[in-house]
Amino acid sequence: MLSEGDIANATVELLRKTVVKLPKDVEDAIRKAYASETDEVPKMQFKAIVENMDMALKTTTPMCQDTGVTIFYASLPKDCKVDVGKGIVEGVRTATKEVPLRPNAVHPITRKNPGDNVGERMPYINWRIHDKDYIEITVMTKGAGSENMSQLAMLTPSQGLKGIKEFILNSVLRAGSNPCPPTILGVGIGGSSDIAMKLAKEALLRPINERHKDPEIAKLETELLEAINMLGIGPMGLGGKTTCLGLNIEYAFCHTASLPVGINVQCWAGRRGTVRIYPDGKKVFPTHEG
Amino acid sequence: MVKKIKTPLSEADARALKAGETVYIDGVVYTGRDEVHIHALEYLEKGKKVPVEFKGAALYHCGPIMKKQGEKWVAVAAGPTTSSRMNSLEPQFIEKFRPGAIIGKGGMSQPTVDAMQKHGCVYLAFTGGAAVLAAQGIKSVSGVEWFELGMPEAIWIMNCENFGPLTVAIDAHGHSLFADVGTKIKENEKKARAKLGLA
Repeated sequence: MLSEGDIANATVELLRKTVVKLPKDVEDAIRKAYASETDEVPKMQFKAIVENMDMALKTTTPMCQDTGVTIFYASLPKDCKVDVGKGIVEGVRTATKEVPLRPNAVHPITRKNPGDNVGERMPYINWRIHDKDYIEITVMTKGAGSENMSQLAMLTPSQGLKGIKEFILNSVLRAGSNPCPPTILGVGIGGSSDIAMKLAKEALLRPINERHKDPEIAKLETELLEAINMLGIGPMGLGGKTTCLGLNIEYAFCHTASLPVGINVQCWAGRRGTVRIYPDGKKVFPTHEG
Repeated sequence: MVKKIKTPLSEADARALKAGETVYIDGVVYTGRDEVHIHALEYLEKGKKVPVEFKGAALYHCGPIMKKQGEKWVAVAAGPTTSSRMNSLEPQFIEKFRPGAIIGKGGMSQPTVDAMQKHGCVYLAFTGGAAVLAAQGIKSVSGVEWFELGMPEAIWIMNCENFGPLTVAIDAHGHSLFADVGTKIKENEKKARAKLGLA
């Protein structure tokens, strides 16, 4: 039977892989964007990004010093007996020392830093139950530079699709050079205020080369991405062709009188990782194969 | 054009740099972000001495990952943080402490550009997230001050060689690459809005 220690060990391994290597879809998008730049300044920015990616992998070092706060999504089998939450917290504590991760989690008012990335409600875990026999843990190590550019709009239904487009375009313009572009944008439409923001972040879990299964939403994803890449903000806001690597939308039905829209901004280092832990202890990392 | 610069910088050194140039730094670089700005200005108000000499220094908006190996600290990952968070404090910091260069990412607002022009300071942009590349230019860490502020917020004293590449993004003559890009974005915005069917 699995123990909390097994979960903690899997969490450490997951965090190490996640902060050291990007998922393939993100890495491919970055290399493609690098190849498309012609001007010196953006080319140099992409060169630094690509060299840094390669060096991080070679030396097993976090690619960015901002290893974020750890946002988890845990899916449990119905008959799960092990305390997964406790295992994840222990894993974060150990990974902070061993990977190492930067101790980022502080008290929101006193700003006191316990030094181990563990505190009230942090690491934050979103729980789900699934009908599989394995435990699945996904983590996003979300840096603050991009997260700080996230926004919520409570639009009126009459503002409609135009209002949504306007809000997203304005959010990108307002964020400008700050979130370490080229960014990845997660958009949540509908639900309620909290659901729109939650969906915006969950949208970032989908590979950026996969479009939404609803063709209308897929079309909107492509249209918004193309428009944003016309802005010329470029890598690090120093100008260039690629401002955004990918844009994913998730939606939920909402009240007839509301239209909430959330946008979650992710820097180029779109770090996400998943581990599946089987009942016999076998671990598979679908985001970090090979 | 690629240039090498040595810290501390004289005012003339800073004024010799032009927006768009690429530079590499040799010498000491101090980290300092949100809390260092707040604390340094508080110290000054209370007539207390800050623990390092900022005059002519390169101040790096960076909260690194440092690891202790034996008695020594080693820089593991040390990319830049978002400079705009320091927009409200930087003009005053430049006026009072006279650093020669601010290193960061994302650029800074007009009051900082003005303070840089007035006092002879430049803004050097390092690629955000390129933390391993940055750490490669940090040859040793000779000390840490204000460690009680936490690892990301402390002043780390770093001896650098060939630290870069850095882009002179705001020079000491009032020229900002970010402002240039901003003008182009305003033009491009019209095309993007037309594509989305927005007025």
